[in-house]
Amino acid sequence: MKPIKQNRFFLLAVLVVLTGVFALQSCNSGNKESTETDQLAPKVMEKIVGEEVAVLTTPPMVPPPITRKTSTKVIVKLEIIEKEMRMADGVTYTFWTYGGSVPGKFIRVREGDFVEFHLENNPNNKLPHNIDLHAVTGQGGGAAASFTAPGHESVFSFTAMNPGLYVYHCATAPVGMHIANGMYGLILVEPKEGMTPVDKEFYVMQGDFYTKGSYGESGHQSFNMDKALTETPDYVLFNGSVGSLTGDNALKAKVGEKIRLFVGNGGPNLISSFHVIGEIFDNVYPEGGTTLNHQVQTTIVPSGGSAITEFRVDVPGNYILVDHSIFRTFNKGSLGILKVDGEGNKDIYSGKLDDRIYQPESGASQSMPNEAIPTEIKAKNKDERITAGKAVFAANCQPCHQVDGKGIANAFPPLAGSDYLNANPLRALGHVLNGFSGEVTVNGVKYNGVMPKQTISDEAAANVVTYVLNSFGNKGGEVKPEQAKSARK
Amino acid sequence: MVYLKGGTYVPLYSLDTLKSIVKPFQMDVYPVTNNQYLSFVLKNENWQKGKAIQLFTDSTYLKHWATSWSLGKDSNKIKNAPVVNVSWYAAKKYCEYLGKRLPTVAEWEFAAMASETKANASTDSGFYQKIVDWYAKPNHNHTLGNIGGTFKNFYGIWDMHGLVWEWTQDFNSALTSGESRSDSSLDKDLFCGGGAVNAKNLKNYAAFMRYAMRSSLKAKYSVGNLGFRCVKDVIVH
Repeated sequence: MKPIKQNRFFLLAVLVVLTGVFALQSCNSGNKESTETDQLAPKVMEKIVGEEVAVLTTPPMVPPPITRKTSTKVIVKLEIIEKEMRMADGVTYTFWTYGGSVPGKFIRVREGDFVEFHLENNPNNKLPHNIDLHAVTGQGGGAAASFTAPGHESVFSFTAMNPGLYVYHCATAPVGMHIANGMYGLILVEPKEGMTPVDKEFYVMQGDFYTKGSYGESGHQSFNMDKALTETPDYVLFNGSVGSLTGDNALKAKVGEKIRLFVGNGGPNLISSFHVIGEIFDNVYPEGGTTLNHQVQTTIVPSGGSAITEFRVDVPGNYILVDHSIFRTFNKGSLGILKVDGEGNKDIYSGKLDDRIYQPESGASQSMPNEAIPTEIKAKNKDERITAGKAVFAANCQPCHQVDGKGIANAFPPLAGSDYLNANPLRALGHVLNGFSGEVTVNGVKYNGVMPKQTISDEAAANVVTYVLNSFGNKGGEVKPEQAKSARK
Repeated sequence: MVYLKGGTYVPLYSLDTLKSIVKPFQMDVYPVTNNQYLSFVLKNENWQKGKAIQLFTDSTYLKHWATSWSLGKDSNKIKNAPVVNVSWYAAKKYCEYLGKRLPTVAEWEFAAMASETKANASTDSGFYQKIVDWYAKPNHNHTLGNIGGTFKNFYGIWDMHGLVWEWTQDFNSALTSGESRSDSSLDKDLFCGGGAVNAKNLKNYAAFMRYAMRSSLKAKYSVGNLGFRCVKDVIVH
């Protein structure tokens, strides 16, 4: 969100005036687009000055902005590598990659550049491949010209005539399988006039994956054709793996910086509802084109399409990148984090200021006492405590720690068989009541997130911790409401 | 060699709706090995590495061999592995030298339809999935396994799937039908969604991958996982 919003009334007034002008023009000349460039006119080919080798980057990095003011010959060398890589903790997959990563290397050229493209198919690869760049005007987007057997290299060239952010992908039969195995990436054709400078640029690309085993099933997973045909992926991922953009891999920025995300979607099947939790996109170039949209919460990124989003980060926090088709985020892996450090600003965002009980029938709210709510049924024994705790868990803990208590890799630590929990249940009780943030190691894996303070009674807190201790393979035990009372800070 | 009495085979890509008739033929039980190919080049000097005509081979021809006339120190490791990095011209010559020829796509595919237990496993999705799984894995450390390491099919032929790609006589004909109709509208059919045009079985990913592989080749190419085996006509009296 921006601290200074545009004056909407002013904007509206301008729109009204403009609409009037256009209406007048259409009456007078019958050509309401007379002030715009004719997009369909033949493109003027620019003089090509010099030659350079393109800098290609691995996600989430983006090559530096282009500063030259002339068109040049750009040589792009992209190697196809079939390799086994991590898909999630304990899960591997044989990805087919452009340059060794999923998505493939980011390519950045300038409108008018003459691109000489070298597609190299590594000799150890099993299969022939090619590349269809959506930035190419010409049959197959280069697919036929770049069709390459293992151990060979194809060269073709094109002029990047249209500015925009374009997807590239493999188009060898069976095309869906090549894409499903990770063969896609982005090529940016910067407009001649360049792009507005920002402080940070990142490369994020979504893809859906179809594995033999279900989400999280460990071991090497192979491609499952039936799931691909029915479009029921087990994984929906940003940058090719669970955790590619969380923990140590989180995108990082400082308060006040302007951020530009080059967002792509390789598919092969799903359309992304791309959203950053806690931010509003000040600018969006929908579908990677040149139209500019403002104040966007969620933008659609089609399969085989892109979007450019820009925003200023005004207050610190962890901003979560999601596909707002939200089960994909909670259960299939499409989760990234933009970690913003710096000074807070209470005017923009206060955080929680107060904590009260809301009682509609009384017509007034009152402060929450630290005792149990009077109407609450108190558990008489451990079994009742466990039963009651299960409901508390479902209502408060389950969204993050998951119904099986296993948490979500790199985001929310497991409660199931948790060494951290079993070592000190009262510490866990404290986290429930007081919240917790910072680094913590659970079962050998580091997490660095925030657990909010749970506004529940001593009784409920004791019940839920007791439930967790007696579930998910934990060591058992009981926590009493008195202990919860003294654990409150 | 193994005798196959032939039959019908429906090509993945074909313009007519007729099945291809595969006449009786004999097929090598195994792909040709490095050792076998070595004996060939020792007797046919003009097919030795470094001496073969560049029109018929590329610069990586037999690149995994130490010299023109020996397999080098890896000999024991590779002598019984399928020979790879050979061009179509070279493979064709090898077969002809032994009074044989390369199989047609139809013959190769006909023999390859067989699983361990069935002559025609073309409706067995488990069989296809196994093949696709193999295609989906890159080669490991440049070395292939020895012949006879995968499975023996219904006909008694080994290693049709899971070891190497194999040259066929008409490997590049998927895109040019050979029929009377002009091919100009077909030329890029294997790409992207176009790959689905004219295809007979859209779920046979294994067949798609073989057709794509064959189409990516030129006759002088050498590829590190592409070998061959030979067939022979059967004279029916």
